Formats: sequence, structure tokens, C-alpha cells
Amino acid sequence: MTTTTTAPRRETSNPLTAGQLPAWGPWALLGVAVLIGAAVSGLVAGASGTDFSIVSTVVIGYVIYLVAITVVSQLIEGGRKATDRLVTGVVVGAFALALVPLVSLIVTVVINGAARFDMTFFTWTMRNIVGEGGGVLHAIIGTLLVTLWAAIISVPVGIFTAIYLVEYGKGALSKAITFFVDVMTGIPSIVAGLFAYALFALFAGEGVRSGFGGAVALSLLMIPTVVRSTEEMLKLVPNDLREASLALGVPKWLTIAKVVLPTALAGIVTGVTLAIARVIGETAPLLIIAGFTTNMNYNVFDGRMMTLPVFAYNQYVSPGVQEQAYFDRAWTAALVLILIVMVLNVAARLIAHFFAPKAGR
Amino acid sequence: MTTAAPPATRTAAPNRPADVIFKAVSTTAGVLILVALAGVAIFLVAQAVPAIIGPLPEDDSFLAWVWPLTFGTLWSAFLAMLMAVPVAIAIALFITHFAPRRLAMGLGYLVDLLAAIPSVIYGLWGIAVLAPFLQPSYVWLAQNLGWLPLFTPPASGTGRTVLTASIVLAVMVLPIITALCREIFLQTPRLNEEAALALGATRWEMITMAVLPHGRSGIIASSILGLGRALGETMAVAMVLASSGAVTFVLVGSQNPSTIAANIALRFPEAHGLTVNMLIGSGLVLFAITLIVNAVSRIIIAKTTVDGGR
Repeated sequence: MTTTTTAPRRETSNPLTAGQLPAWGPWALLGVAVLIGAAVSGLVAGASGTDFSIVSTVVIGYVIYLVAITVVSQLIEGGRKATDRLVTGVVVGAFALALVPLVSLIVTVVINGAARFDMTFFTWTMRNIVGEGGGVLHAIIGTLLVTLWAAIISVPVGIFTAIYLVEYGKGALSKAITFFVDVMTGIPSIVAGLFAYALFALFAGEGVRSGFGGAVALSLLMIPTVVRSTEEMLKLVPNDLREASLALGVPKWLTIAKVVLPTALAGIVTGVTLAIARVIGETAPLLIIAGFTTNMNYNVFDGRMMTLPVFAYNQYVSPGVQEQAYFDRAWTAALVLILIVMVLNVAARLIAHFFAPKAGR
Repeated sequence: MTTAAPPATRTAAPNRPADVIFKAVSTTAGVLILVALAGVAIFLVAQAVPAIIGPLPEDDSFLAWVWPLTFGTLWSAFLAMLMAVPVAIAIALFITHFAPRRLAMGLGYLVDLLAAIPSVIYGLWGIAVLAPFLQPSYVWLAQNLGWLPLFTPPASGTGRTVLTASIVLAVMVLPIITALCREIFLQTPRLNEEAALALGATRWEMITMAVLPHGRSGIIASSILGLGRALGETMAVAMVLASSGAVTFVLVGSQNPSTIAANIALRFPEAHGLTVNMLIGSGLVLFAITLIVNAVSRIIIAKTTVDGGR
């Protein structure tokens, strides 16, 4: 039997909650601050005859909130807690600030890109197109071919380098490779393009342009990402597995190929997908070495090759007559590019989620 | 019948050809990376030499030609870091220490999305959205704060100034710095944090006493890494910035310094002859700058690897 003694609820001076703002306090202040902000910017808009500005509402409201919460908290809770409240407000504000460009960018691209998101856009090239019409088939094929060749170059090199670093590497060589892979992560993409140009200009002379050169430049950017992610994954494979396999007399290379790699496979595929997502949107190196063209080109080893990012850039910065048609194509190309990158990112996460080895304990 | 036990010999593992080949292939792949990096340096130097030693058509020397570009590169990257680093630290703190635990992962993913967007799209957004949005405030700044050397009038009519370009750069490096800072803040020893809280510290006091001191070198290293990215960023700057090649600190004017990377992207497609060598020479300068910046950051990171806080 429990006896429930319902003490009369006391309205004041609970020693644990006295001197604190109630949980709804900051929210109420925020609401009031935004209302004041709306009123102020509404008055200003009315006085100067401009449109009501949501931006100034939010900014004024935010500043008023920061001041108000600090003062109120200072009075009720004391200086230390007031600082804490102020910082909390600032930190949350910083996060919201970072989301503004993301949301604005995605909304802009979707709205502007929807204009030409039609069948013609995906089935036509730009050959003999002036003004409206035309499409990006040649750029999509170019992007796929260049990225495919970049992957063909960088995936084996990256994975074998990671195997060397984790399974074999000792001493100075391994340290040097680790260090320079890290440094390589920071190579500006335009420098990678210049390198590919300098390399191919040796064989083919000045002014060389080819899709394969673009692939070489991209692989320079892709290799460090593949090495790093594969390395991380191989390090996660428990040593017990390696030792068990070796103890059964399996040669080391078979241990790596049949035990270590399959265990890490999901992680490696995720890493490679993310690396592809990173390079597929690269513009600068392709602008330099792959160049631009309005025609379809299936041969990566010869001639200029259009790619999606370069297409978007080129349409936007050098429009012809009927400017808007060129701008629309640029935005739709940007939309397609964002969609490709997002699909790759989501795919990478799904692979990591569904195919990761189960922790069998 | 007694059979003598066979003498216990230590048999070395058989030297299998497949093993040797596999190891050789792996090692070759590693060495190939070093060769490629050396190749980048050698080829760039080889192509740049005619511009560096030879007389240039327009200017007296290569240095005089490349200096305004180098200035623009450093200045825009500096401005970008000035904006990005405090915001990035605040976001990392928000995700690790302020956001509800369940939301934190998802919110972190949102910030990572910023890194996934291709730079050419940032360029489009900068021209079409950000520059027109900021232009009125540039006019206001030039009118009211024009006595400051930073805001000397006349203001740009398009808004495509070095400040706009730097804001785009700041948005682009934000996720890089945030991601690293987040990792480092998460590595703060749990016991230190709880000890601070148990002694009655507020959350912010706990952060200043436990989290920030622990992560100081990590913050520096990640900022330098972001700086490397800002220095080398090409397309966004090439598209957003309306440059005239002037060396000026004015943020809101129509005379803006160009950057090395943007200049290469804009001029290379039509370049020929010595211009190609000049552009590659400027690329070499950029390569050297980013190489130094990244190496410094990597050395700081390597020296301060955290071992789980025990």
C-alpha cells in the first residue's frame, strides 16, 4: 500500500529552481523579439515605401533576442549564466547562418533549373544550336567517360597503396607516402589541370585537349581520397581475422585478397563512391585540359570533350543572342549536376548502412 | 620399434611467387603516388621556366606580373578565413555540445552537404543571388563608411567584389573546418567535461575550460587546411569576381584584385605561346603556397594526435 501524500503545490521559492528562467522563458523572449523585429522592419518598409523584408525581421529579432536574454538572465540568474545564455544564442545563430546559403542555393538551382528540365535537354547536343533548344547529351557522356577513366586509374592505385600502407608498409617509405598523400589532398584542382596539360603537351604539343587528360587530372584529385578511406577501412578489420587465416597456412596475399578485402568491401565501395562524387563536379581542371565543344565526342583519347560542370560554366559566362536560353541551360545543367552528386552521396551512405559487416557479437 | 622423432627444423615460410608479386604491386602503387607528385612539380617547373627567365611581353619581370595575383589570392583567402573560422567553430560546438543528441548527426550531415556542392554551382549562385543581394549594402557602406580605406567609394554596381567572392569562399571552406573541429571536440576527454560540470560550471564555462584548450591545436590545423582550400579555389572566384588586376584593399569597389587560380581559369582556354608558360608559372607559385600551407597543417595535426584522452 502506498500512501500518496499530495503536498500542496507551492508557487514560489523551490530552492532547486529559484533564480532560474523557466524552460519556456527563452522561447517566449525569442517570439517577442521576432515580433518586434517584424514591427520595426514593417515600419521602416512603410516609411520608405520598400517591400517588407524578412531578412531584416530575422536580423533585428535575433539581435534583440541576444540583448534581451542576456539582460533578463543577468537580472534573474546572474552573470555567469547570462554569458552561457548569450553564447548558446550565438552558437545556434551561427548554425542557422550556415544553413542560409545551403537552402538559398538549392532553392535557386531547383527553381531556375526546372525551366529546361525536359526530354530535349537530355537527348540533344549543342551542335549547330544558337539560341533556344539544344541539350547536354554530349556533356553527360563526356562527364561519364572522363569520370569512368579517372576511376579506372585511381581506384586500383588508391586501393593498392592503402594495402601497402596497412599490410606491408614500414619505415621511411610508408611514412613518406602517408605524408604526401595528405599533402596531395590539398592540391588545388586547377594545378592538377595544369599538370595534366604539361604532361600531355610533352607528347602532343601545345594546345593539346583530350578527355583522357581530364581523367588524369581528376585521378590526381581522387587518389588521395580513395587511399585515405580505404586505409581507414582496412585498419578497422580485426587482426584476429588475419592471424586466424595466416595460422591456417593461407599465404599472405590470399589472406588480404580473400579475408581482409571482403571484410572491408562495403567501406571501400562507400569511399570510392564519395571520391567519385567529389571529382564529378570539378570544373577547373577540365576547363583547362578537356576544353569545350558543342559536339558529341566518344573518344577520350582525342579531341575536346564537353563535361557537365564546364557546360554550366560556359553557358553562363559566354551566352550568345537570346541570353536567357543560355542561362536556363546553365541552371538546368547545375541542377542535373547537384542531382548526380546527391544520388552518389545517398548511394554511398546506403552502401555503408546495408552492406557493412555485422558486428557478430 | 622406436622411431626417432624427426629433427625439429624451423621451416621458413615458402617463398611464394604470388606473395612477392602482390607485395611488389602494392609497393609500386605507393611509389607511383610519390612519382606523380614529383611529376607535378617537375612538369610545372619545366613549363614555367621560359616565363620565369625570359622577358615578358607586357611586364618587366615574372615577379612583377605574378605579384598582384598572389596578393589577390592571399587577400581573398584571408577575408574568407576571417569569416569562416569563428562560424565553423561555433557550428562544431553546436553540433557536439548544444544540439539535442538525437538531432546532432543529421545536422552535421546538413553542413556536410555544403561540401558536396560543386564549385561551379557556387559560382552561379554567387553571381545570380549573392552579388545582387549584397550590392545595396555595398552602396550604403561606401556612402556612410567611405572614410575607411576598406570601403572607399565608388561602390561596385554589380556587387561582384572581392568581399562577395570571399563570402562564397567562406561558405565553401566552412564544412571542411567544421568537420575537423567536430571530430576534435568529440575527442575531449569525457571525464574532464563532467568534472567541470560537476564543479558547477555552466556549459560555456565547461567549453572554455575543457573543450577549447583540448582542441586548440586541432582548431589551428583545421583552419590552415581550410586556408589551403580557399587559396586554391578556382571556379567560384573566377565567376563571381569582376577583377581588374589592381592591388587594393577596398572591399566594395569595382576595382578588384584577381586570384592566381581564377586568372588561370579565365585566360587559359584562349592562351598560347608564352602566355601558357606564364600561367603555368603562376600555377607553380600557387602550388608552392598551398604545399607549404598544407604541410604546416599536417605537421601540427601529426604532432597533436589525441590518444583518446587517457
